[in-house]
Amino acid sequence: MEIDPFIFRLSIFILSIFIGYYVVWSVTPSLHTPLMSVTNAISSVIIVGAIIAALAGNSDSIFNTSSIFGFIAIILAAINIFGGFLVTQRMLQMYKKKKDKKK
Amino acid sequence: MISANLAAVSYLVSGILFILALRGLSSPDTSRQGNYFGIAGMIIAIVVTFLSVGNFSSSLSYVIIFLLIGGAIGAFIAFKIPMTAMPELVAGFHSLVGLAAVFVAIAAFLNPAAFNLGNVGNIKLASLIEMSIGAAVGAITFSGSIIAFLKLRGIMSGAPITFSGQHMLNLILGIGIFVLIFYLCKTQSTNIFWTVIVISFLVGVLLIIPIGGADMPVVISMLNSYSGWAAAGIGFTLENTALIITGALVGSSGAILSYIMCKAMNRSFVSVILGGFGADNSTNDNKEKKDQKPVKSGNAEDAAFLMKNASSVIIVPGYGMAVAQAQHALREMVDKLKKNDIKVTYAIHPVAGRMPGHMNVLLAEANVPYDEVFELEDINNDFANSDVAFVIGANDVTNPVAKTDPKSPIFGMPVLDVEKCKSVLFVKRSLSPGYAGIDNELFYKDNTLMLFADAKKMTEDIVKNLD
Repeated sequence: MEIDPFIFRLSIFILSIFIGYYVVWSVTPSLHTPLMSVTNAISSVIIVGAIIAALAGNSDSIFNTSSIFGFIAIILAAINIFGGFLVTQRMLQMYKKKKDKKK
Repeated sequence: MISANLAAVSYLVSGILFILALRGLSSPDTSRQGNYFGIAGMIIAIVVTFLSVGNFSSSLSYVIIFLLIGGAIGAFIAFKIPMTAMPELVAGFHSLVGLAAVFVAIAAFLNPAAFNLGNVGNIKLASLIEMSIGAAVGAITFSGSIIAFLKLRGIMSGAPITFSGQHMLNLILGIGIFVLIFYLCKTQSTNIFWTVIVISFLVGVLLIIPIGGADMPVVISMLNSYSGWAAAGIGFTLENTALIITGALVGSSGAILSYIMCKAMNRSFVSVILGGFGADNSTNDNKEKKDQKPVKSGNAEDAAFLMKNASSVIIVPGYGMAVAQAQHALREMVDKLKKNDIKVTYAIHPVAGRMPGHMNVLLAEANVPYDEVFELEDINNDFANSDVAFVIGANDVTNPVAKTDPKSPIFGMPVLDVEKCKSVLFVKRSLSPGYAGIDNELFYKDNTLMLFADAKKMTEDIVKNLD
C-alpha cells in the first residue's frame, strides 16, 4: 500500500514545529522585536500561492474573479515582504556593541 | 518550465534558509547575516514559482507590476516608521498576512484547477478542509490584528470591551465555523464558504476587543502565531513545502513568545484571552487609603545630585519612556554619568512596553550598546549592590507587592527588585496606578524619591543639572 503524500507533508510540518521550537528558544530576548518582524516577512512566502492564482488567468481574461484575488494578495504579501525584511534590517543595524572601552 | 521535483527541492531550500534566518537572531552579531538568508529564501521561492507556473503570458507583467507596487509601499513604510510605532506596525503586518491567506484561499476555491485541486464544485476533500481552515485562521488573524492595531495606535481605547455572554458567543461562533466547514465539505457550496470567512472575521474582532492594553505583548505574539498557522494551512492546500515549513516556524515562534510573555506576567494564557484585565476596580478603596501615605517627591536638581554621587546606576525603562520618546534624552543623561565614571546599566523586564523586546529596540535606536542592557534574571541581583535605580516609565514591573501580598492581582509575577537599591528615583506623571490597576508600594518607601513630570522633560532637566 502506498503512503498518502499528505502524510509526508504532515511529517514536514510537525518536524518544522520542533525546529521552530528549539530555534526560537535560542533567540536572545533583546531581539524579540526583530524576530516578530522577520517571521512576519517570511510568512509572506504565501505570495507563491498568490502568484499561482494570478497567473492562472488566460490571455482573454487576465483579470477574472479568481485571479483578481491573487493580484490583491500579491500586493498585500509584497508589502509585508519588503516592509518586513527592510524594517528588520533597519532595527538590526541599530544593535551595536560598546565602542569605546575605556580602561 | 522546471520539473515539479526541482521546484519542490527549491522550496525546501528556501524553507531551510528561513530556519537559518531565525537561527541568526540568537545573537546580534549574526542577526544581520540571518536576515540576508531570509531574503535569499524569499527570492528563491518567488523565482521558482514563476518558473514552475511557466505561464509567461501578459499576466506575468501584471504580476511583476503588482509585486513592485506592494514592494514600494512596504519599503516606504519600513523607512518612514518611527521605532516607537513598531508594535502597531507589526500588528498591521500581521493583518496583511492574514488577509493574503484569505484571498489565496478564495482564489483556490474559485479556480481549483489552477492549483491542481480538482474542479469547481468538486474540490478534493482534503484540500477543501485545508483551504477553509487556512481561510478561517487567516480571517481571524486579519480582523484581530486590525483591532490590535487600532488599540495600539490609540485610535481605539486600550480599555477592555466586555459584555455579558461574550465568551459564550465566541464559543458558539467557533463551533459554528467547524459545523459550517463540515457542511461545506458535503455540499461544496460557495455560500457556506463565504459564511465561514465572514464569521471568522467576526470572531477575530470579538477575540481581541476584551483584551486590555497591558496584555498587548501577549496578543501581538498570539496573532503572530496565528498568521503562521494560516500560512501553514494554505501550504497544505497548495502542497508547498516552503509554506508548510515557514508556517510551522512562525506558528511555534509566536506561541513561544506568547508563553514567555504570559510567564513574565504570571498569568495563564487562558486568562489573557478571556480578557478584561485592568478593568477591575475592586482595588480602588485600597488605593484611596494608601494615597494618604506620605510620599517624598523631588526635582531634577535632587535627582542629578543623587546620581552624581552614586557609583552605580541601573536604569529601568518602561512603556512610559516610549510614549514620552525619552530614549534619546536618557542616553544623553547616561553619557554624562559615564563621564563621571559612574557605572550605568539597563534592566529590562520581559513585558516592558507593548511587544516583546520593545524596550531593547528603542534603546538600540538611541545608540545604547546592547551589552549594557540586561534581562530581568541577569540583573536582578545587582540592585542590592547599586546606589541608584532610575525608573522611567515602568510601574507594575517594579511593584514589590508581587512578592509580598498573595491577595494582589500581580502576586507571583517576577518583578525587578528595584527597592533593594540604596535609593530609587521614580519618574512618573502622577501617583496613578499602572495597567494592573493597583498601587505601587515602591512610591511610599523611604528610599524612593518621586519625580513628578513627563519622562522626557524630567530627563532633559536632569541632564542640565548634571553639568
